Amino acid sequence: MATPKEVLVDPIINNNPITLQVLGICSALAVTVNMATTLVMCAAVIFVTTLSNVGVSLVRNRTPTSIRIIVQMTIIASLVIVVDQAIQAVAYDISKSLSVFVGLIITNCIVMGRAEAFAMQNGPWLSALDGLGNTLGYSVILIAVALIREPLGSGTLLGYEILPRVTDGGWYYTNGLMLLAPSAFFIIGLFIWAIRSIKPEQVEEAAYQIAPNLQYQEAM
Amino acid sequence: MEHLLGLFVRAVFIENMALTFFLGMCTFIVISKKISTAIGLGIAVTVVLAITVPVNNLIYNLLLREGALAWAGLPDVDLSFLGLISYIGVIAAVVQVLEMILDKYVPFLYNALGVFLPLITVNCAIMGAVLFMVERDYTFAESTVYGVGAGVGWAFAITALAGVREKLKYSDVPAGLRGLGITFISVGLISLCFMSFGGIDI
Repeated sequence: MATPKEVLVDPIINNNPITLQVLGICSALAVTVNMATTLVMCAAVIFVTTLSNVGVSLVRNRTPTSIRIIVQMTIIASLVIVVDQAIQAVAYDISKSLSVFVGLIITNCIVMGRAEAFAMQNGPWLSALDGLGNTLGYSVILIAVALIREPLGSGTLLGYEILPRVTDGGWYYTNGLMLLAPSAFFIIGLFIWAIRSIKPEQVEEAAYQIAPNLQYQEAM
Repeated sequence: MEHLLGLFVRAVFIENMALTFFLGMCTFIVISKKISTAIGLGIAVTVVLAITVPVNNLIYNLLLREGALAWAGLPDVDLSFLGLISYIGVIAAVVQVLEMILDKYVPFLYNALGVFLPLITVNCAIMGAVLFMVERDYTFAESTVYGVGAGVGWAFAITALAGVREKLKYSDVPAGLRGLGITFISVGLISLCFMSFGGIDI
């Protein structure tokens, strides 16, 4: 049985939801163009996953297996509606730039995945820690990606100027690619490479072993 | 008619669900190891999108939108905050019904798609297309075309990625990039290729 500390800390690097479990990638890529939307998105996901894990865990002994998906969906969707309305009321501009991605937390695999894999078998306290830990792992990756994309793409961080742009009389030519979709894929791919270089046990098995090239020796 | 054709081309190529909006990424990355399964999943997603987007369009316009309940004598009621929960309910129900119909009447298709159908409920591409339809205020005809187009675009993208990955498994990738890492970078490159459609306007 895992201790509460392991449940909380493990998913942040060792078992990161994005780089190892392949959960919740959709929104990870789309909202990272600037830091402010990233932070709001992370907060929303942390809130929804922690509370939905608690909710699912509380009713886990009373839910028949055949309808558990619907029950989980209802809990998650209600929480997302709360978050969506709250963001629209408090930060309308950010809610416009997040557009559909707040609604998409419902289908974010992190929320469903943790409810199904952890909260269905464990008590509410451990489930809350698991939800918090996994979403913190998710937030670490998102914030790191945004930290690269916003300064390089538009020379700012949280709206403040970091690298003075050429158009404003500075020296930095903004990199347009960083604002576009493909850059997020490259950055996450490189992150995975970095994490797996530090932790070689995460490296996947090769599907085929390449035979060494012996032809040049025969030619000799 | 031309307007609808333009919308279709835009949904397939320019605003590709997977490569421009990153929707349905989890399934996109996990189930793209073989071309045949990728095509099966692509068809399933297209069918579900072609049904759920128009159905949700009707629900939004006839029940949820502000003033939509005027026919029931309630012109001041605005139920749009119930949107998210109704859309996901409709999607889950349609997927379930589709699974039962296929099982009964088209068993060969059910056997081919069977394992993917439950996964589709939580595929963000479906929910994303529905939310885009609401945000952009499409009519019924537009939403049908948009649903089919978004599905076809997603199917193209996953088939292309599966093709790349089938070749890629024979190549000598650095240890840390093997598997997930190199897949992300290939998706990035495919996404760059799809951006060249950006200038097309019909």
